[in-house]
Amino acid sequence: MTGFCQPHRIIMALVALALIGWSATTLRWDWVPDYAGLAALGLWRTIWLLVLSAALGLMLAIPLGLAQAAGPWWLAAPARGFCTVIRGTPLLLQLWLLYYGLGSLFPSIPWIRNSDLWPLLRHAWPYGLLTLTLSFAGYEGEVLRGAFRGVPKGQLEAARAMGMPRLTLLRRIWLPQALHRALPTLGGETVLQLKATPLVATITVVDIYAVASRVRQDTFITYEPLLLLAVIYMAITGLIVLLFRWLEGRIPSRVA
Amino acid sequence: MTALAGAAASTLDLLQLAPPGWGGNLLRGLANSVLIAAGAFGLGLGLGTLGAFGKLYGGPVLRDLLAVYTTVVRAVPELVLILILYYAVTDSVNQILLAFGYERIQISGLAAGIAVLGVVQGAYATEVLRGAIQSVPVGQIEAARAMGMPPGLLARRVTLPLMLANALPGLANLWLIATKDTALLAVVGFAELTQQTRQAAGATKAYFTFFMAAGLLYLLLSILSTWGFARLERRARRGLPEVRG
Repeated sequence: MTGFCQPHRIIMALVALALIGWSATTLRWDWVPDYAGLAALGLWRTIWLLVLSAALGLMLAIPLGLAQAAGPWWLAAPARGFCTVIRGTPLLLQLWLLYYGLGSLFPSIPWIRNSDLWPLLRHAWPYGLLTLTLSFAGYEGEVLRGAFRGVPKGQLEAARAMGMPRLTLLRRIWLPQALHRALPTLGGETVLQLKATPLVATITVVDIYAVASRVRQDTFITYEPLLLLAVIYMAITGLIVLLFRWLEGRIPSRVA
Repeated sequence: MTALAGAAASTLDLLQLAPPGWGGNLLRGLANSVLIAAGAFGLGLGLGTLGAFGKLYGGPVLRDLLAVYTTVVRAVPELVLILILYYAVTDSVNQILLAFGYERIQISGLAAGIAVLGVVQGAYATEVLRGAIQSVPVGQIEAARAMGMPPGLLARRVTLPLMLANALPGLANLWLIATKDTALLAVVGFAELTQQTRQAAGATKAYFTFFMAAGLLYLLLSILSTWGFARLERRARRGLPEVRG
């Protein structure tokens, strides 16, 4: 009886099914078709915000981690300062600082107003993307610092002894092994990043969370949109976990 | 030079403690934030201790229910949980009150914030404490059991003190998360530091000044807490063998 299908699990599954059936029949879902299009757009926006900010943030995190792990002090100190500031202040505050702060500063600078980027900067999402990217970079810089340090010295010495140039060493030996070490942590951090994305709704970016809020305001239905929203986030979390498990499985590792 | 001095003077004016300046409001917001974070952290510790013992020593049903609790809470954004729990808690308290023939009450933002963030913290604390309890040498617990120590006394005198050193780094992290998560209550309109800052910034249009000032306050709080937790950990670790990774 050690398998998944123990008797109490079957009862719990039945209870869960009954709950789902109850909520499908008793709760109000008539608003769903009206907002399906908007919800799809919101979901798409949430996902690309997540993917883009995680990818860009990781690219920023690599130099941040490297500078802290092996850089000279004049690179390590600013990198550590950046990570401390990002990790020590709430994301919501950073978001509002950039959105309201830069957003109120930019219109008063003529060359920005006249530049080609101006139509872009009048939207809210660049500020959201920038904040999420910087935040991810700050947290991951710290993670990669440990990962870079954790790569066995012998590997790097062997590469140097073979006369490998420093950039090739980083690209072929150091970075892949550090990323491999950091992969489980990065998976967890990506889930945290997903959970940070709804904050952009507070600066008028219409992601899936903002759609649920609008349903609540338009129809005065409180629980149903929020419950559906929770289920959607759980599904995305599940996908991220599966993706990282697959990634980890692809990398051959020999454990003694 | 005079322009710079003027700007500095006006910034200081804005941050003054007395009413024309907004410094007092920011500090009151900070006090609220710390109060909520401390309450939520305490509640989370309580829930986490119960959850960890339940996950380790509970029956199969309890263990599965706790697994559902920790998985759901850790997969859904705090913002969504705050809204769901805020409405659900307010609603159910009022339903109970009405059922017993009392009047509806308005639940204070402080109590709701502490309850909601506490439930979230509890899920994370469960995992942290479970890991720490598992790292307690089995022989110690077995020895206590062999001496006939009852479970409550065993937890209080053996398991909890021994696991503390291993739990503290994780708990320090949780405390920092708690202080930063209080900012999310700004979205439901509670007057903690971030909300106060937005009000001050919106009223004076000095966005950079106020958001930077609030950032500095948060940073100060987190640096102080990191230092405090490091001292606590040193104290909890005294007499234990040194661990070096």
